[in-house]
Amino acid sequence: MRAIGIVLAGGNSSRMGILANKRAVAAMPIAGSYRSIDFALSNMSNSHVQKVAVCTQFNARSLNQHLNSSKWWDFGRKQGGLFVLTPTMTTENNSWYRGTADAMYQNIDFLRESHEPYVIITSGDCVYKTDFNKMLEYHINQKADITVGYTKLAAGQDDPTRFGVMQMDTDGRVLSFEEKPVVTDNMTVSTGIYIIRRRLLIGLLEKANAEQRYDFVKDILVRYRETKKIYGYEMPGYWNNIATVDSYYRTNMDFLKKDVRDYFFGGYASIYSKVEDQPPAKFNPGASVRNSLVASGCIINGKVENSVLFRKVYVGNNCVIRNSIILNDVYIGDNTTIENCIVESRGTIRANETYRGEDGKVRIVVEENERYII
Amino acid sequence: MIKKEMIAMLLAGGQGSRLGVLTSNVAKPAVAFGGKYRIIDFPLSNCINSGVDTVGVLTQYRHLRLNSHIGIGIPWDLDRNHGGVTLLPPYEKSESSDWYTGTANAIYQNMEYIEKYNPEYVLILGGDHIYKMDYEVMLDYHKAKGADVTIACMPVPWAEASRFGVVIADDNGNIKDFEEKPPKPSSNLASMGIYIFNWPILREALIALKNQPGCDFGMHVIPYVHNNTHNCYAYEFNGYWKDVGTLGSYWQANMELIDIIPEFNLYEEFWKIYTNNDMIKPQYFGEKAVVDRCIIGEGAEIYGEVKNSVIGAGVIIEEGAVVRDSIVMQGAVIGAGTTVDKGIIAESVQVGRDCRLGVGEFAPNVYNPKVYAFDLVTIAENSVIPDHVQIGKNTAIVGKTVPEDYPDGLLASGQVIIKAGEI
Repeated sequence: MRAIGIVLAGGNSSRMGILANKRAVAAMPIAGSYRSIDFALSNMSNSHVQKVAVCTQFNARSLNQHLNSSKWWDFGRKQGGLFVLTPTMTTENNSWYRGTADAMYQNIDFLRESHEPYVIITSGDCVYKTDFNKMLEYHINQKADITVGYTKLAAGQDDPTRFGVMQMDTDGRVLSFEEKPVVTDNMTVSTGIYIIRRRLLIGLLEKANAEQRYDFVKDILVRYRETKKIYGYEMPGYWNNIATVDSYYRTNMDFLKKDVRDYFFGGYASIYSKVEDQPPAKFNPGASVRNSLVASGCIINGKVENSVLFRKVYVGNNCVIRNSIILNDVYIGDNTTIENCIVESRGTIRANETYRGEDGKVRIVVEENERYII
Repeated sequence: MIKKEMIAMLLAGGQGSRLGVLTSNVAKPAVAFGGKYRIIDFPLSNCINSGVDTVGVLTQYRHLRLNSHIGIGIPWDLDRNHGGVTLLPPYEKSESSDWYTGTANAIYQNMEYIEKYNPEYVLILGGDHIYKMDYEVMLDYHKAKGADVTIACMPVPWAEASRFGVVIADDNGNIKDFEEKPPKPSSNLASMGIYIFNWPILREALIALKNQPGCDFGMHVIPYVHNNTHNCYAYEFNGYWKDVGTLGSYWQANMELIDIIPEFNLYEEFWKIYTNNDMIKPQYFGEKAVVDRCIIGEGAEIYGEVKNSVIGAGVIIEEGAVVRDSIVMQGAVIGAGTTVDKGIIAESVQVGRDCRLGVGEFAPNVYNPKVYAFDLVTIAENSVIPDHVQIGKNTAIVGKTVPEDYPDGLLASGQVIIKAGEI
């Protein structure tokens, strides 16, 4: 592969609500067994990108723990590897990453010391599956300076005003790029996936830094839209950004659909994640599970419907879990009802309680009760 | 020079012919168990959990699956700079090239491997039991007694003692005598086939017995050491230990995992059992799924009914199918409307639509009544069962079967279909 990868996973999202207290968005659990960043990393690995850096900053403990070994994504190689780049103090710099461009600039040696001609930049908070080789081929054929992956949001899929909206001419060249517009009826949005020549990126980052500009989108993409050849590339297939509570909930629920599961998990190019060595899920008398995903290590005694249960969830007798997402290692006492909720990981829910998200709103449940382990 | 206090030698070369068609293509230690594991995962996980980080795995019979499962030992953290797991198949030598003719002969042929680590103690393990055991505690016992050999033993019901090799020990644990499958046992301490030897003692014995045909630990080495030194000790183990050497005990051990509080608990946080799982996606349950008393592996898709069963990773149970009291191993597909009662369905088997497995009354097996002595339907890996057939109890099937193999659409109880030469 003629490209290295950079995964931008340092950001916070205030729209994740209290779920962000525990982890960066890129470490949010997805589809029972995965974390958001697994999709970007697996895409890199499956596209034979051998050298990948992950820039982390905000609340990175959970993310770092997930990335503690590179072997799960097959990056444990002599050539290349997985690099976790956190902000460090140096003689010239004592700042945090002040933006996405600054995150890359502060690690410009990583770019300089690579030999691959191209860089693929992606974010850690998107759920998608792609072959970057096809996008790179497009980038080379168009003789583009920067290629931006875009997708067309379906009606009701997400709110375009939280993305960069773009317009292309018939050739694919970007005519307009507006970051987080106040209002728009344009549903063509940037996916935050870019391909750029490595030397060009180094030059642009150095220039931006000299001008004290730190954001890749605002200070590079938008600023150079007319002077550089920036092209749009339509990302094929499923794509969702999970950085709001609603889109996070919706994306997880999408995995209850057979076509979505088959798209991601069927066939050869699969999604990898850290192996957790949990035993198979166990279903005791009284368990009833319908239209749900259940990860390993769960023990189910109650009723589960239209829900996603992550690893090691215990559901007590006579419980009803409906339209909910239960994150890792949650204990739910007997006779408890949970509807339209996201239950934060490692929580302990008492017996005989009811949690319900009303009026179509998803409720986030964080309970830190004492747990008695037998 | 590298020095390891104790290294383990894991005997995984046997076929396990009493598992019938389940081991027609794979060695017994590689047979799937408990929804996601293989039998060898238990001794391997015990090793690493006991702090034994050097394990030689002796393979001989059909070791492809075993090799790819173990690899360089990553899942068990046995990928080490010094030690780790090493697969030891038989090899050609300049003078005499032999298969492993017996358990001790296999170790004799790999003395070079052991010498490389210069151990004080050597732990000998089998690859055919389900248990959790801290070998370090056993080693402490071995040292405290100043023993030359320590044999792990398990008290069994007196009525069953005649099925085992039993040891007769005094109150101090010193072994006085052995009895192999005695009609009238004078002890109920059954040998578990787990030994700790002082390496110099074992080394001397292996060399002395090198011309013994079929040199075996239980039959030759242990009696030899006992007669020479009278310094063998019995280490009593009282945890869960289950032989899975027959179809009946294999089925039984799987079924014990689905008890509400199983005697053998996989859900404990300490002493995890590790395995090489290539499947990580969660399992999915359809709108009409019914699950009752079962364990289900990763990535399974359940659209039908599962009761009292152990379901492996990636299994698909289609709508209207009913699986009861059965073991379905990874990658198998149970077609829509099919009913399975007391079946052992091996890996990647395709069962068609509207079949009925496990019908009728028990009948003695015509092919091998010693192996097939239970009312189980046993289907070997990669077999295919066509639509709309009925299969009786105590039956076995290997290969891609077609409707013509089933006269009147039925395989009667006690019958066997073996389509040889197909995989």
